[in-house]
Amino acid sequence: MSAANPSATAGRLAAHLHRRARWRWGEIAFWLALLAAIVALPARAGILNEVIIAGLFALSLDLILGLAGIVSLGHAAFFGLGAYAAAILASNGLADPTLGLIFGAAIAAIVGLITAPLLLRGADLTRLMVTLGVSLMLGEAANRNAWITGGADGLNFSPGRLLGLFPIDFTGQRNAALYSFAVLFILFAFARRLAQSPFGLALAAIRENRLRAGALGVATSRRIVAVYTLAAAYAGAAGALLAQTTQIVSLDLFDFHRSADVMLMLIIGGAGWLYGGLIGAAAFIILRDVISAATPEYWEFWIGLALVILVLAGRERIGETLRRLVGRLAPAARRGVA
Amino acid sequence: MLTILFDGVAYGMLLFVLASGLSVTLGLMNFINLAHGAFAMVGGYVTALLMNRAGVPFLLTLPAAFLVPAILGVGLERTLYRRLYGASPLDQVLFTIGLVLMAMPIAAYLIGDEPQQVHLPQWLSGRIDFHSVGIGVYRLFIILVCGLIALGLQTFLVRTRFGAQLRAAVDDPRVAQGLGVDVDRIFAIAFAVGSGLAGLGGALAADVVGGIDPSFPVKFLVTFLIVVTVGGSNGILGALFGSLLLGILDVAGKYYVPSIGAFIIYAVMVVTLIVRPQGLFARGDGR
Amino acid sequence: MSEPALEARGLSRNFGALIATDDVSFAVEAGARQALIGPNGAGKTTLINLLTGVIRPSAGQVMLQGRDVTGLAASARVRMGLSRTFQINQLFPDLTPAESLGLAISERNGSGADFWRVAGGRPAIVAEIADLLQRFGLDGDLDQPTRKLAYGKQRLLEIALALATRPKVLLLDEPAAGVPEEERRDILAALAALPSDVAILLIEHDMDLVFNFASRISVLVGGRLLTEGAPEEIAADERVKAVYLGEDAHG
Repeated sequence: MSAANPSATAGRLAAHLHRRARWRWGEIAFWLALLAAIVALPARAGILNEVIIAGLFALSLDLILGLAGIVSLGHAAFFGLGAYAAAILASNGLADPTLGLIFGAAIAAIVGLITAPLLLRGADLTRLMVTLGVSLMLGEAANRNAWITGGADGLNFSPGRLLGLFPIDFTGQRNAALYSFAVLFILFAFARRLAQSPFGLALAAIRENRLRAGALGVATSRRIVAVYTLAAAYAGAAGALLAQTTQIVSLDLFDFHRSADVMLMLIIGGAGWLYGGLIGAAAFIILRDVISAATPEYWEFWIGLALVILVLAGRERIGETLRRLVGRLAPAARRGVA
Repeated sequence: MLTILFDGVAYGMLLFVLASGLSVTLGLMNFINLAHGAFAMVGGYVTALLMNRAGVPFLLTLPAAFLVPAILGVGLERTLYRRLYGASPLDQVLFTIGLVLMAMPIAAYLIGDEPQQVHLPQWLSGRIDFHSVGIGVYRLFIILVCGLIALGLQTFLVRTRFGAQLRAAVDDPRVAQGLGVDVDRIFAIAFAVGSGLAGLGGALAADVVGGIDPSFPVKFLVTFLIVVTVGGSNGILGALFGSLLLGILDVAGKYYVPSIGAFIIYAVMVVTLIVRPQGLFARGDGR
Repeated sequence: MSEPALEARGLSRNFGALIATDDVSFAVEAGARQALIGPNGAGKTTLINLLTGVIRPSAGQVMLQGRDVTGLAASARVRMGLSRTFQINQLFPDLTPAESLGLAISERNGSGADFWRVAGGRPAIVAEIADLLQRFGLDGDLDQPTRKLAYGKQRLLEIALALATRPKVLLLDEPAAGVPEEERRDILAALAALPSDVAILLIEHDMDLVFNFASRISVLVGGRLLTEGAPEEIAADERVKAVYLGEDAHG
């Protein structure tokens, strides 16, 4: 019933399906610029490191919120878990950063795996409350078990040398930033690949219409648990990086406002196309430093105002503009997602 | 032990009054208002400031503690909130978090960071010993006042025409609209009353929680959410039982097993959500 | 004689006091062209939801090619060969038809969990997508987000998606519902062109469509199966006429 030439269709189809596979020059430029900034601006290594870690954390939220449409108010729990896991390992003698990184990600992933089934039932509101509740419980547990976590005093530890060679503590700030960059890049590349795979497509379908996804044979529960576990691992890795490169872990990593912050970062940059979290993290941290220098006590007010304006103006519009500039990497998040 | 129970009931009643407004907006408009605690804070400040700076007696400040947040609530509802009634839960959460984040520094700027204390009048302080059970006078007062409010709300909903319209609007706004119910006006009034009750609750709670300071909304946000989650958003009865349950568990938990602390109420919430995602007392359709 | 492709045995479902489905037993044979008709509120969609696993029955069984699937989730039944379309389009607004079909085919192939290969990397899948697109006249819009398609095209995609799972049994819930007159012919042609080895149960109000398409008709009234038979028998059945005439008298 169609008049189109079959081979023209096939060609167009193949081009369409592969349109996001190749790295665009804009993306390559982005990563090179970031790397160059670390190398060329050693005095800025600290803040660059902070931006990278926040970006990884926001990316982990993008995996569940942007790709799969799962709302969470408690994602900070995994960040905190990863940070504490790495710190505890280091303070007990196993200070190799790579080991700590893997351990941090693994602990977070295990907790993610265990709590994921809670997300499957109920509506979005239930999910918000459950994720919030779990993160608060973990925070409270961390608080109460000061013998492990050091409680309000924190932990005393220092990371070993990366790969046995490069110090990443305060004497090796640039190394630390490069270390974080490497981790971010590898994890990002993997996430990028995943977003374009059949698995990623299934996630998009779950986000767009969970009922129909199930009616097409997608095992929606298993996919959701899988991506949630992965997102937890990514957040845990970010937390481990924070612990290792700053030697500071504190209970406020589990705080609600951390989950709110990362949500804001992701929304500034736009959820669903994977770069949103990175750009949002950079914007957030830069803005924060600029505004805090001017009015330190009332920083919260401006975040609040930003949120209110963003929501009233429509979250999607800012993301859409950015996406048009750089191009999508994953099926875009639906207007008004979550 | 009975004292603990008594204190738990008092705390639960307080939570009820504080959280009832949130329950109403959630159940009525399916709107998640995380800024609810800000209205409680306003009410608490009204009482504290009127007492401390204007010498107004405690009881007389209470109507003001209700009215000021109520008016504020209506104002915000008409201008901002109503734009988001159809928005996604995430949008509502982010928006109201934004409002809270704005409200707290404003309070700090206008009033200062130190907690504003409410000094109870003589006749409300102290304890009565009743058959070797220590009963705090203020706690008794709270139970009576909040109990009356609960009774009043329930009667209002069930017996009056407005209450019937409200329940109709909850069940099906479109049908109610078609039947001539002014759903818009009802939402506005419900929001005002909910905010007013929060303010009243804040004023009553000021003594119990050690004063009102700018971080009040966030400190108690989670508690409110837990009350609403556990009690469901179905109505007064659910909110009341949810509040009482949590009040008693929290006070008892902190007394008997101090190392658990706040853990109990978080755990109760998570367990409730696992077993009944709509809350313990919600309707069967799970809305 | 082999067992039916799809069978309901004593299916019942009640919502509190409301009995939506009342002891329904019927069968759809392999390769069948069967229709399910009944007045509004007869419980047709509830029955479909029971058969596909969207809701659980209060009593009774669902058999798919002789196997009891009553306890299986919807997605599991799909993998066993039972697919459906929805009365109101259930599509993926921001995915393109190509992506949507690709998803269905990947899942069927078992590569749905593949997180490494780029979707659309396998020539066999691409060829199948192209074939489906052309059969349903969607190749012109293959790279447009679904929400931008005309309603009739969306309805066609709705059917194409179900077909992409290569079902053995296909339940079509009012496929022509809401489709403008000009685009109805495409739907009808698509239905006529469905593979002959697939058992099809069609739920429809449009009697022309039903009598043109079905070789066997089941009539559902008030949650109960009133009667079944060949189209001529049903058309002549007084009780069926009474049900529909009664509806006309009020409506």
